Amino acid sequence: MHMHRRASTLPVHIFVFLAPATLVYTLFMTYPLLDSLRLSLYAIEPTGVERFVGLKNYIDLLTSPDYAPRFWGALRNNIVFFVIHMVVQNSIGLLLATLLTTKGRGRTFYRTVIFMPTVLSFVIVGFIWNLILSPLWGVTEGVLKSIGLGHLFRPWLGLESSALITISLISVWQFVGIPMVLFYAALIGIPEEVIEAARVDGATSWHIFWRIKFPLILPTVGVVGILTFVGNFNAFDLVYTIKGALAGPNFSTDLMGTLFYRTFFGQQLQLGNPTLGAAVAGMMFIIILSGVLAYMFIWQRRIRPTEL
Amino acid sequence: MSLVRASSAPQRNLLSPALALLTSRALAHLILGGYALLAVFPVLMIVINSLKERRYIFGEPFALPNPMSFSLIGYETVFSRSNFIQNFANSLIVTAVAVFFIILFGSMAAHALAEYDFPGNRWVALYLAIGIMIPIRLGTVSLLRFMSNLGLVNTLLGLILVYIAQGLPLAIFILSQFMRQIPKDLKDAARIDGASEYRIYALILPLVRPAIGAIGIFTMIPIWNDLWFPLVIAPSAQTATITLGVQQFLGQFVSDWNAVLSALTLAMVPILVLYVLFSQQMIRSVTAGALK
Repeated sequence: MHMHRRASTLPVHIFVFLAPATLVYTLFMTYPLLDSLRLSLYAIEPTGVERFVGLKNYIDLLTSPDYAPRFWGALRNNIVFFVIHMVVQNSIGLLLATLLTTKGRGRTFYRTVIFMPTVLSFVIVGFIWNLILSPLWGVTEGVLKSIGLGHLFRPWLGLESSALITISLISVWQFVGIPMVLFYAALIGIPEEVIEAARVDGATSWHIFWRIKFPLILPTVGVVGILTFVGNFNAFDLVYTIKGALAGPNFSTDLMGTLFYRTFFGQQLQLGNPTLGAAVAGMMFIIILSGVLAYMFIWQRRIRPTEL
Repeated sequence: MSLVRASSAPQRNLLSPALALLTSRALAHLILGGYALLAVFPVLMIVINSLKERRYIFGEPFALPNPMSFSLIGYETVFSRSNFIQNFANSLIVTAVAVFFIILFGSMAAHALAEYDFPGNRWVALYLAIGIMIPIRLGTVSLLRFMSNLGLVNTLLGLILVYIAQGLPLAIFILSQFMRQIPKDLKDAARIDGASEYRIYALILPLVRPAIGAIGIFTMIPIWNDLWFPLVIAPSAQTATITLGVQQFLGQFVSDWNAVLSALTLAMVPILVLYVLFSQQMIRSVTAGALK
């Protein structure tokens, strides 16, 4: 009990409590991440020797005729993918959340059903929609015909012009429940008196929403935004399931995640290149980290005063 | 604000607000109901058609199975030609073990961060929180090398370790928030009675049970559904999880519609049953995870 214990050393029990989590997390999360960033500065020679090449891999990705078109293509597609989620998924989520807060029957039922697809895996969702949209099966065409819009049907997933938008909307279909429940939780957290006071002042529902409720849920808008950003720039599974690693047609659905996988493991004619793959992951790291830092230091600081 | 003006509001015509309320309610039902239909329709189509003969799948896709069209041929193919049972068992082991250790290690670390004011507390907390936002996937190139050096490629243990590391940051963050709210008196009383610090941890754990439940659900789903790490770290037939197994099976049997629809249904059933049982907790846990 009464051993020498200097104030600066960690008491044994604190060490015991922290050690397992810190050890597993460091070995399998932070160490690989940092080591992967280190590897992105190397090239592997045909002999298997690693040679330090500085930023060459990154410069290749950005400028070389072999890699740059794929990199910029994947980045552009990923931005489109993200913008569609921000605009479509999060607006629908907000609309549904607002409707869920109105009084009426079946609100819990609706919420439960709409949230359901978020628990399914990308693999299941990807294949389900592959079948539903398949011209072979004709389910979507049948539905469109029944409302007189049969002529609008196209094999959207197969066309270069529409494949990316279609995959983005499938992902929106799957995840709209997340912004919905987050916005819902924020909306029901607004004190009733605030809204009542505005109503008494003669404000319409439209005004109450945009002038009072929306500013009050801005912190949640930020959370939804950053969750969407991180999730989207890390996406891989859905495109891989529907289109495979080549992200066709003609790379039109290629995202940073599929580019990372292809570069690392190789594809039909090209051998995998681990260090160049690490550089793609490094790019994703830079993008995601910038988003997170912007959220923490710009968005959170700016909106703090209006937080509930 | 202006309570004086309150009396003037109800003076308007009573009928038109009532009518407006009615139409706005109908509109709310229409939109929510329509969207709910959109959410279940594709899933229902798969399940319904998995129980039909091939020609009825194409002939009458919207009809429910009847004695004429009913067939289990797809399910027979899945059970005879895939490793469904093995894949399912792998997923179960990986998910259960990983979630158990996320909660055990996570609650221990959260307790240390919430309870003791040691030098560097905030730095350790920040360090452990980085993984909430930075996806573990980005370190895959080195992780695969590391796993291969440790002989953990194509083992369930390899997957479990990665998922523990992936789940810990959020678990620690949420649990330490909850543990901070436990009154100090309780712990001090136990200390006066001579309880060790380990005993105090054991005392606190049941008090944060709701948070532990939320984390269990919250971390379980992404592990069960993950495709990336099974594909990269454990792609062998013996270690494939259900998500990877289904992905590979569907790729091979792409033109056997009965088999594809049945495999999809089988893969959905466990998670959907769980969802029907725990949907309210799941929804609440998502809210807790993101907004805490």
